Amino acid sequence: MIEMNNVYKVYDNGVTALNGISSTIDNGEFVYVVGPSGAGKSSFIKMMYREEVPSKGQVKINHVDIGDMKDKQVPYLRRSIGVIFQDFKLLPKLTVYENVAFALEVIEENPRKIRRRVMDVLDKVGLKHKARFIPAQLSGGEQQRVAIARAIVNNPKVVIADEPTGNLDPDTSWEIMRIFEEVNASGTTVIMATHSKDIVNKIRRRVIAMENGQIVRDEHRGEYGYED
Amino acid sequence: MKINTFKRHFREGTKNLVRNSWMTVAAVGAVTTTLVLVAAFLMLMLNLNQIADNIESDAEIRVFIDLSAEEEDIDELGHNIEDLNRVEEFYFSSKDEELEALVEDLGEDGEAWELFEQDNPLNDVYVVETYEAEDLAGVASTIEGFSNVDDVDYGSETVDRLLQFNQYARYIGITFIAALLLTAIFLISNTIKMTITARRDEIGIMRLVGAKNSFIRWPFFVEGMLTGVIGSVIPIALVLGGYHFLYINLNDRLNFQFIELLPWNPFAWQLSLMLLAIGAFIGIWGSVMSVRKFLKV
Repeated sequence: MIEMNNVYKVYDNGVTALNGISSTIDNGEFVYVVGPSGAGKSSFIKMMYREEVPSKGQVKINHVDIGDMKDKQVPYLRRSIGVIFQDFKLLPKLTVYENVAFALEVIEENPRKIRRRVMDVLDKVGLKHKARFIPAQLSGGEQQRVAIARAIVNNPKVVIADEPTGNLDPDTSWEIMRIFEEVNASGTTVIMATHSKDIVNKIRRRVIAMENGQIVRDEHRGEYGYED
Repeated sequence: MKINTFKRHFREGTKNLVRNSWMTVAAVGAVTTTLVLVAAFLMLMLNLNQIADNIESDAEIRVFIDLSAEEEDIDELGHNIEDLNRVEEFYFSSKDEELEALVEDLGEDGEAWELFEQDNPLNDVYVVETYEAEDLAGVASTIEGFSNVDDVDYGSETVDRLLQFNQYARYIGITFIAALLLTAIFLISNTIKMTITARRDEIGIMRLVGAKNSFIRWPFFVEGMLTGVIGSVIPIALVLGGYHFLYINLNDRLNFQFIELLPWNPFAWQLSLMLLAIGAFIGIWGSVMSVRKFLKV
């Protein structure tokens, strides 16, 4: 469960990104975060994996205040959260298999378990047959599926995606969404910042709309709600 | 740490060295240059220290007692010396013992002095040793003020000047070595920083998926250590060969009682080990410093 209580974020350059945010996201929810560029969507979700800490207010993840969290504990928090970006962030010299296995290797999982988990998860995103390819040999949609595989290979409780379909064409975007729905159906919380009106309006889920660093709307089965 | 993890760190560390071979050459060069200079300084300093130690352990005050002093005067002087708190030990040497020692010291030439055995012109002497060589001057001048003291001698000029020189040499040497090491660490750190941009994404992903900072740091640790160790090869070779040459050619000419170079074995080996350790240390420090910025949470 993620709880935010009157959260402010002011960056060093003086920009106020979050201006008094309070919100609760329960386990197993599927949440869209929408709003115009610069509304604070990215800052909002960065709080959730402690990429940023609040300037004021509290962010609690499973009842632990991340503001009080010691630096040493952060890696353990991150292991329970999978993060996906618009630009995939794959390592170009590693194969698909290695990119996914990387996430388990660096947390010192045992090698036998790594192999089994990686093959399972590549199967889940439909890329088992491309395990030996390198990212440059894949389409954008396939690369994003690799990134999703990497994010979920450790069975995280929460998956956070920052505009995951931003670089993809519509057809590919639906494929990605299908995977997110499956992930969510297995009990994982999915939080997704997006600019895609089509997706939000077709796959109806909770919508948190942001503007000027504030939450202006929070609806279950909501709509995208404004024109870009 | 699991053996697999250790292997991985080692593999990553060496891979980075090979992949950025020109940067590796630059970093290794920085270590080599530094260590050659450090080695030269250490050779000089440690030998000077040795010489100073010899002087310090040899240095003593000779208190010449008035020829007219009675036995109880001599005893009283002894008590006075005993009461000085910087005095480590002292002993009495009668004029007969002094003459004997003199004759022995002079060898064949000493025979002439044997004539004086009947009518010994020497003084009775107290030989005084202090805890530290630095105390010699103070103690000597105090004793000079006591009654029944004819003269006091501790080779003042020479000892003072040598000790002072050695002190300065030590300070300058330490400052210089510290400056050299810092420069090398800075150079290594900057060199590795240049190669790190390529690894920035990798580090970012590692942090994102929950790798511990120590895990991320390890390959850099290995890389730095290898840089330092490789960089110390040439300096060590120079020390082992160069000091041998110096020792053979110089030691015989320095034919003073208290000036003697440290023997090649074990000194050259000890110095080599020291260089290896210093090399590894600056390599590791430089390397780990360069990654620090990327590990801020």
